[in-house]
Amino acid sequence: MRQSYTERSVRLLGPKGWTAMLAFLALMLIIVPAMHLLAPPDSALHVSNYAVTLTGKIMCYAMVAVAMDLIWGYAGILSLGHGLFFALGGYAFGMYLMRQIGLEGNYHSALPDFMVFLDWKALPWYWQGTDNVVWAIVLTVGVPTVVAGVFGYFAFQSRIKGVYFSIITQALTYAAMLLFFRNETGFGGNNGFTDFKRILGYSITAPETRVVLLGLTALALAGTLLLGRWLVTSRYGRVLAATRDAESRVMFIGYNPLWYKLFIWTLSAALCGVAGALYVPQVGIINPGEMSAASSIEIAIWVAVGGRGTLIGAVIGAVVVNLAKSWFTVSFPQYWLFFLGFLFILVTLFLPQGIVGLYQKLTQRRTPDAPNAPAPTEATPSTPLTQEHAA
Amino acid sequence: MITPAIEDRPQWADASAGQARAVTPGALDIAHGVILYLDEISVSFDGFKALNKLSLHIDVGELRCIIGPNGAGKTTMMDVITGKTRPDSGKAFFGQTLDLTRLKEPEIAHAGIGRKFQKPTVFEQHTVFENLELAMKMDKRVWRSLFYKLDSEARGRIETVMEQIRLTAQAHRLAGLLSHGQKQWLEIGMLLMQEPRLLLLDEPVAGMTDDETMRTAELFVSLAGQHSLVVVEHDMAFVEKLGGKVTVLHEGSVLAEGDLATVQADDRVIEVYLGR
Ligand SMILES: Nc1ncnc2c1ncn2[C@@H]1O[C@H](COP(=O)(O)OP(=O)(O)OP(=O)(O)O)[C@@H](O)[C@H]1O
Ligand SMILES: [Mg+2]
Repeated sequence: MRQSYTERSVRLLGPKGWTAMLAFLALMLIIVPAMHLLAPPDSALHVSNYAVTLTGKIMCYAMVAVAMDLIWGYAGILSLGHGLFFALGGYAFGMYLMRQIGLEGNYHSALPDFMVFLDWKALPWYWQGTDNVVWAIVLTVGVPTVVAGVFGYFAFQSRIKGVYFSIITQALTYAAMLLFFRNETGFGGNNGFTDFKRILGYSITAPETRVVLLGLTALALAGTLLLGRWLVTSRYGRVLAATRDAESRVMFIGYNPLWYKLFIWTLSAALCGVAGALYVPQVGIINPGEMSAASSIEIAIWVAVGGRGTLIGAVIGAVVVNLAKSWFTVSFPQYWLFFLGFLFILVTLFLPQGIVGLYQKLTQRRTPDAPNAPAPTEATPSTPLTQEHAA
Repeated sequence: MITPAIEDRPQWADASAGQARAVTPGALDIAHGVILYLDEISVSFDGFKALNKLSLHIDVGELRCIIGPNGAGKTTMMDVITGKTRPDSGKAFFGQTLDLTRLKEPEIAHAGIGRKFQKPTVFEQHTVFENLELAMKMDKRVWRSLFYKLDSEARGRIETVMEQIRLTAQAHRLAGLLSHGQKQWLEIGMLLMQEPRLLLLDEPVAGMTDDETMRTAELFVSLAGQHSLVVVEHDMAFVEKLGGKVTVLHEGSVLAEGDLATVQADDRVIEVYLGR
């Protein structure tokens, strides 16, 4: 009983999951804001600017990780291009923030500083309308959706799979990074967009603004998780997982995998775009570094560390790895990449089901005679990751 | 004998550029009591005639066995019926009206011809129940799958099939944990969920134990009547147990037809099987 996709997922979202979700929202929407705004700065209860920003940033990453898990864990498609979709959302919303600077830039022009510096007289056509927040939000979701949709259609249509797919997503991201690096393409070159002053007219560094952005990010993350759960527990999710495990068989019983994959792929990209848009005002910068190979690979590592195909594992992985990263980059910046690589190898070798898998193993061992516990011979089903290795 | 797995792969995904959908098999006309006609079908590969003016018809509800030495053209015949291979000449009709040589593979599948390939492939990470649910005949577009709710009628159908394939006790077990024979059954069950009128089964008991083979024979016998079955098999004990009419293929055409005892006594059949 316990092993079916449906039931397994329902259990995860069950009473415990809901309690955790509500506790998380209460923390991010009430407790942290109160501690940031009300507690005096020297009090032990005060949450610093740095902590609020870091929390917001990590929640954005967690959203990206959940989006990645949807496509990697459930559809078996490893994307090494999710940094691109995140950056596209970030840039789209970043331009809105640039326009909000108004005449207060270094050159006191209505154009963003970098354009004045390039001696441009007018906004390029593709940035028209970005002073309108609604249009900026449309771009935030729309651009990653369209890019992923077109790219995915052709890739899935020509049955590009596995490592080939991963490589071309990486190539696409790299090409985009080169494009964004160039000054004359209108994306601010290697500095990207930064020095934001306002959002919707409010000061972007004001504690109240930070707290609102934090709350919005928490809601977006919670929404992403719920949407993901709903998807993977639907019949759609079962077909998707079946496509991952035996695609030709899925076709033979009358499904067209193209549309099944394209839907989750595009949705995943759109979620990354939203995460990017929430990231930019909190972190205060977006630059082509988000499209580097390392950034996209890191996203996959978060998911692998947390545990593929569980959604919550993606969140856990993003949080754990990024907390470690912020500690490392302060204490031993030069060792971070070594540590990350080491962590990835460790997880692949010893924790193929990530932290969530480890947790499940430990809790199951503690209650061997629980009702419905699987007999030892039929141990827990291997996750997709181990499946692939065994196959 | 092992059929290469590659040959067993359905190739109609390209063909179904649009979304696959459940086509009502309303067009199927079986008023004359015949569900499948093959008339003078010829297929050649680079000059080699895999099928040579093959003519055959299957009655509604019939259980037919096809036997024949390796390379006789049995699998090629199934390829023609399912639209995977187009014949060079000849006619192939499903019922009175559906021209199989013109329909695409998903159209043929949706019209009511189900095929079981030799290598069992089930969804190992899904339960038996879920495997059957996924195979169920219904609208299979993304949007429908997103908002689908299993109703009691569908549940009932799944339970009926689980009983037929004797997997009720395993309903919530992962398919990957089943025995080889049970997987073959599950695959047959998935075929039944698609509600085909005609089932084509290519070497369905390959790799089964004797006991499983006999139980499969019982299952097929119980399916005949409601469904029409064409079973390709080398295992004579199994063919005997099925008890239906037997067609012997040789070099791409029918060599003999009749009950098993009759064809086994036929001199030409003996010569083909033993003479070389
Ligand atoms: N795609 C193809 N290209 C070339 N030759 C083929 C192709 N498919 C089948 N053949 C040949 O056609 C002949 C008939 O093959 P078929 O697979 O139909 O035989 P079969 O009766 O199913 O044999 P078996 O009992 O070995 O499965 C064989 O000689 C085979 O080599
Ligand atoms: Mg064959």
